[in-house]
Amino acid sequence: MCLSIPSKVVSIDTENNIATVDTMGIQRNAGLDLMEEGSVQIGDYVLLHIGFIMNKIDEEDALESLKVYREILDTMDEQDRLAAIAESDNCPNGGA
Amino acid sequence: MGLELKNLYDDFRDADTIKAYAKIIATDAQKLSHPINIMEVCGGHTHTIMKYGVLQLLPSNIHFVHGPGCPVCIMPKERIDHAYVLSMQENVILVTLGDMIKVPGSNGSLQDARSKGADVRFVYSPLDCLKIAQENPDKTVIFFAIGFETTTPMTAALLDTVIKQDVKNILLHVNHVTVPEPMRALISDEACIIDAFLGPSHVSVISGSKIYEEFPRDWHKPVVVSGFEPVDVMQSISMIVKQFIENRCELEVEYKRAVTREGNLKAQALNDTYFHKVDFRWRGLGDIPQSGMGLREEYDRYNAEKIYDAILPKEEIDDHKLCICGDILKGKASPPQCSIFGTACKPTSPIGSCMVSSEGACSAYYKYGNLV
Repeated sequence: MCLSIPSKVVSIDTENNIATVDTMGIQRNAGLDLMEEGSVQIGDYVLLHIGFIMNKIDEEDALESLKVYREILDTMDEQDRLAAIAESDNCPNGGA
Repeated sequence: MGLELKNLYDDFRDADTIKAYAKIIATDAQKLSHPINIMEVCGGHTHTIMKYGVLQLLPSNIHFVHGPGCPVCIMPKERIDHAYVLSMQENVILVTLGDMIKVPGSNGSLQDARSKGADVRFVYSPLDCLKIAQENPDKTVIFFAIGFETTTPMTAALLDTVIKQDVKNILLHVNHVTVPEPMRALISDEACIIDAFLGPSHVSVISGSKIYEEFPRDWHKPVVVSGFEPVDVMQSISMIVKQFIENRCELEVEYKRAVTREGNLKAQALNDTYFHKVDFRWRGLGDIPQSGMGLREEYDRYNAEKIYDAILPKEEIDDHKLCICGDILKGKASPPQCSIFGTACKPTSPIGSCMVSSEGACSAYYKYGNLV
């Protein structure tokens, strides 16, 4: 599902052009290949798609969106919730 | 099957927002001069509409037509056969994304190939190919690339890295497709009943909203670019209805928090570097000119389709004669009207394109069917 939960940039590895991001408590790496050099900073909110940062979003929008997702995710059990967060940017079809 | 009408939207506070939109839409819809048929292009929207019971919240003069925006569903069998044949080669590791692994071709699915000993892997990101290639220097890693505009730049970024790092054992089999061409093909059909489109937001994060400008301008079909949350979808439906009652025909963006007119220019430039437009045959819709993105000739040495040309099947395989997916995608029929829906054609043994992935219209109806 293309849930597109906003992620927050935690650190940046410029040598490998990779950022570490936090999606509702789950940390992972994301490629910076699609972003202009230097345009992504620590603390920025971003949307991911299949392992890449796709764009930045405003903090205000991100926090509002996170609030909605938290409510949706609160209705799930722990296992489903973790799976939904981890797969949130991974439309099963790599799709539209 | 067997689900009850569980009001998922009751479980979070947004229920109020969704119900408020439902009321606005119901009031506005009374002013419509004729029923309207909205196509949600993307499988992600189909999923949201079915899962959150959006159809039950809408008045009887607003209908949905479930579109072709699921890259797994539209993959023709002959290309799945390519993946199968490649995976059965000695010293090949076939890598792909998502549901692709479950879809049957003429000889079976990639899952079946794996049970026969093929090394088929499902990855989260195309970048995972780099690690697999590094760990298996004696093998050729073939990435079976699928997806719309949203996913194409990620494949381009993989190839960019392969070239820059001079990785010798990664090849690509490219099956990328684009959204505007099938939309155009659908509305060019005289029997098409679509009045307006719900455009997928993720595609526009990359390509910008500009790719839809032709639809209100040249085809007189309003487009609203929508996010995937249920609230986004309800708001977008409301925006479409308002356009009709106010006699407007425009491109509007509901998902303003992430979509701009121009999109992600760096991603678009990466795409242009490695890909160019090619014809593509869509399962359920047939040949659509210039609807695919193929590797440019100068990258033939990374193109598995060229390198393994001699062993790849060339024959085109028609859709099953009882399958009405083509009509479903055009809005001429809905899944339960198909004679094999839920009987011969099920998610576990799909015959038609709309049943093959969880985001296809038939699959969504099968799963949430008794809610409709």
